[in-house]
Amino acid sequence: MNDLFYVSAAVAILSTVMVITKLNAVHALLYLIISLLAIALVFYSLGAPFVAALEVIIYAGAIMVLFVFVIMMLNLGPGSAEQEKWMLSPGMWIGPVVLVIILMAELVYALARSALRMPGIAMVGPRQVGIALFGPYLIGVELASMLLLAGLVGAFHLGRRDKQQAIGEGR
Amino acid sequence: MNSIVIPLVIIAGVLLALTTISAGLIWLERRLLALWQDRYGPNRVGPFGLLQVLADMIKIFSKEDWIPPFADKPVFVLAPAIIMITVFMAFTVIPFTPGIQVVDLNIGLLFFLAMSALGVYSVVLAGWASNSKYALLGGMRAAAQMVSYEVFMGLSLMGVVMLAGSFNIRDIVEAQRGLWFCIPQFPGLVIFFIAGVAETHRLPFDLPEAENELVAGFHAEYSGIKFGMFFVGEYLGMTLISALITTLFFGGWLGPVLPPVVWFLLKTFIFICLFILLRASYPRPRFDQLMALGWKVMLPAALLNLAVTGGILLAAG
Repeated sequence: MNDLFYVSAAVAILSTVMVITKLNAVHALLYLIISLLAIALVFYSLGAPFVAALEVIIYAGAIMVLFVFVIMMLNLGPGSAEQEKWMLSPGMWIGPVVLVIILMAELVYALARSALRMPGIAMVGPRQVGIALFGPYLIGVELASMLLLAGLVGAFHLGRRDKQQAIGEGR
Repeated sequence: MNSIVIPLVIIAGVLLALTTISAGLIWLERRLLALWQDRYGPNRVGPFGLLQVLADMIKIFSKEDWIPPFADKPVFVLAPAIIMITVFMAFTVIPFTPGIQVVDLNIGLLFFLAMSALGVYSVVLAGWASNSKYALLGGMRAAAQMVSYEVFMGLSLMGVVMLAGSFNIRDIVEAQRGLWFCIPQFPGLVIFFIAGVAETHRLPFDLPEAENELVAGFHAEYSGIKFGMFFVGEYLGMTLISALITTLFFGGWLGPVLPPVVWFLLKTFIFICLFILLRASYPRPRFDQLMALGWKVMLPAALLNLAVTGGILLAAG
């Protein structure tokens, strides 16, 4: 299981780097999908098959399809690749790299301070996840559902066609 | 030794059987459609025209495999492979008999849903990479249709999961020893079947490729073996949905007298024929009708089914 973890983690990091550096938006999205699949494998190798499946179904399978859908509708031409190229000029990298080094240092410090513990390899099946979600974390689930409902209502409001306006357009 | 050889034999056998079946289905579909439309269908090559499949295969393998110069090459090549890989992967969790199953996953059903979710990319990316208007329209339709129908495809199966108390497909089959889930989960069955037709974009829901308005939709620019992969992928998808309906709602391999594998194949065959009968009998809806059906009828029905099943299970304790 350890090898599986390291290989998929490496794939995740590499593909995420490609997401940032690819100039073509759809190609970048494809790398992002690969990155999400790799993260699903990381979850699986850490003994969380249910989370891994949800990661693939929801992130890789649904949300990213919508991303691809939007990019397809925009139909970006070669002009956008030029723009991306300009945005990825060497000077751009200095700020993020400094911040990442600080984070990295923090992470290494934290790991060095606490004795390195292997994450639990005990399998967490769907049943345990369900019991945890609807037991101790019930309030979180309820709050999340309210948040999603607010998003839904907002989207409906924005997408709603005004009755008067619809008649004016001959619909 | 045996622990390595037996799974490999099973994998090879399943792959071989599936490719043969999906090629044979092309013949079956043409013959059955002809029967229902009162004509002969292919009946010249070999007995009952069975060798027509072979002739078609030779043709498709030897055709020029042309990539349009305006296409996005890597994605154009990748797209037909995705559908084949995802459908074959989804078959790994299907228990054909108690002994024949590639992998016994405890999240089997979710694995199928994940693979079917990833299968969308094949059609969407094919539409985008072709870089032509018809293909793009087909790809956009496919994205909207498949993402919407995926939502309640998953929800319609949760009733089965509740009754069986497991995502493991083998456990679900075992739980049907007393009563097949097609009776307590009849709404779930209907919703899953309709969603399955939309997911495999078979007629009447084949709007992504609707040939009378979009030429051939997402695969308009494909030729030769790449087109063949889409074609076989569609038949494989149809077999997959039929096999899943069999396992989840009609007791899988369970049945009296006959050996399990015969029961499984027989039940799956009936649903494949139903898919073909649908094609022979229904016209295509308009795209907005398809989306309205999905969100306004099927999704509430799936949620209602879920709530009622949950309520009854809770009351029964």
